[in-house]
Amino acid sequence: MKIDFKHIQSAHCENGVTTNLLQHAGVHQITEPLAFGIGAGIFYIHIPFMKVNDGPAISFRTAPGTIFRRTCKLLGIKTEHKTFRTKEKASSFLENCLEQNQPVGCQVGVYFLTYFPKEYRFHFNAHNLVVYGKEADNYLISDPVMETVTTLSSYDLERVRFAKGALAPNGHIYFPKEKKQINSEVIRKAIVKGIKHASWFMTETPVPILGTNGIKFTAKRIVKWHEKLGTKTTGIYLAQLVRMQEEIGTGGGGFRFVYAAFLEQAYQYLPNQILLETSTDFSVIGDLWRTAAVHAAGIYRGRTTEKADFKIMSEMLLEIAGKEHTAFQKLLKTKYD
Amino acid sequence: MKNTEAPQDHTSLEKFTKEVLYVTDENGKYTTQLSSGWKVKADALGISWQAALEKINTAKQKVLNKEASPILFFMELNLMELSILSDYTGFWQFNIKRHLKPSVFAKLSNKKLQIYADVFGVTIEQLKNCEASEN
Repeated sequence: MKIDFKHIQSAHCENGVTTNLLQHAGVHQITEPLAFGIGAGIFYIHIPFMKVNDGPAISFRTAPGTIFRRTCKLLGIKTEHKTFRTKEKASSFLENCLEQNQPVGCQVGVYFLTYFPKEYRFHFNAHNLVVYGKEADNYLISDPVMETVTTLSSYDLERVRFAKGALAPNGHIYFPKEKKQINSEVIRKAIVKGIKHASWFMTETPVPILGTNGIKFTAKRIVKWHEKLGTKTTGIYLAQLVRMQEEIGTGGGGFRFVYAAFLEQAYQYLPNQILLETSTDFSVIGDLWRTAAVHAAGIYRGRTTEKADFKIMSEMLLEIAGKEHTAFQKLLKTKYD
Repeated sequence: MKNTEAPQDHTSLEKFTKEVLYVTDENGKYTTQLSSGWKVKADALGISWQAALEKINTAKQKVLNKEASPILFFMELNLMELSILSDYTGFWQFNIKRHLKPSVFAKLSNKKLQIYADVFGVTIEQLKNCEASEN
């Protein structure tokens, strides 16, 4: 069986799945930046005392499922979420959905994902894709980071749906339960809530490792790493930071460009000059992130490894944190309507 | 980032897809553009792999010196940590740590060896001889 499903490539996998599933459910206004902004997908955390792939535990992305859940909730669309104890139940539920003409989002692990090249296969369990049909033993897959649709054998799909480790998906499956037309008023309100949530989270959470405080935290750590762990290890750590920031699925600059695009699109629903202003701010911030990545590359390639270079790296992140704080505060303090 | 600045470097990404970037056009409006990859992050990926390969080689040497069992080698080869291997095999981390000792490994039952072999995608023979399969 094959469901009529439109595959649109996107920057971030979860945005893509959310956008494509909502388009299928009748919300024709939704775009990737809108889904990202309404779902408040912009994020930063640096968890100390924890290692991921032998590097610092830094993330620019929210916990898997958050963007989909928030976006649907704010647009007033009921959703279904399910995880499974056994593989049999997971696959029979999936078959049922497909028979009822329902394309579904799946959270999967990347390590055994056969169509990814080997270089990209780490134990990372927060990838998302849509299953929209089955032909013989092959499931039809729409993976939003891919240019075209692809397939996975039932064995391969089961293996990635039951990948193990941190954030294990346990067959996590999700989809909008109803078809619904949404008017601009609903979208406008959702945008305001999305902006408020994200800007509150990034600047007002009283935790030193979250949001802009988290970026400052990382900045200070870089100098400490260099003192304690030496040049090489710090280089590896910085490489990890750059990967988290720029790897496929971010749209560049750690999602900052997607957010800038969101603010620009939000302006069409909510004509407030602040949105355009902050959109430009985030374009600048995104570029700063990329400049910082270039500087970090100098360090991990072993070209610029003086003590001063680590200091500069740290100062670059501090500058970014400061600029982001101002931009988010502007968004938070504005009265929309 | 302007659309003219979107990097188009040759990276391993090219082999499977191009990625979407959000860029601004001549009028400063946001649009999307496909990119074949960026050298800066391809190198970051390369550094991580280099570190992983070093760990695999150290593990292999340890096995050859009889300081560790082949499980350590396969664990590193599959980029696993104790916690991940524990989740896949169903053994407690405490037990896996024991299985990393050559003396304990030598006494492991075939049933347990098969569980490890399945997770690593090799046969019991390959597991014992520390031979990686091509897959």
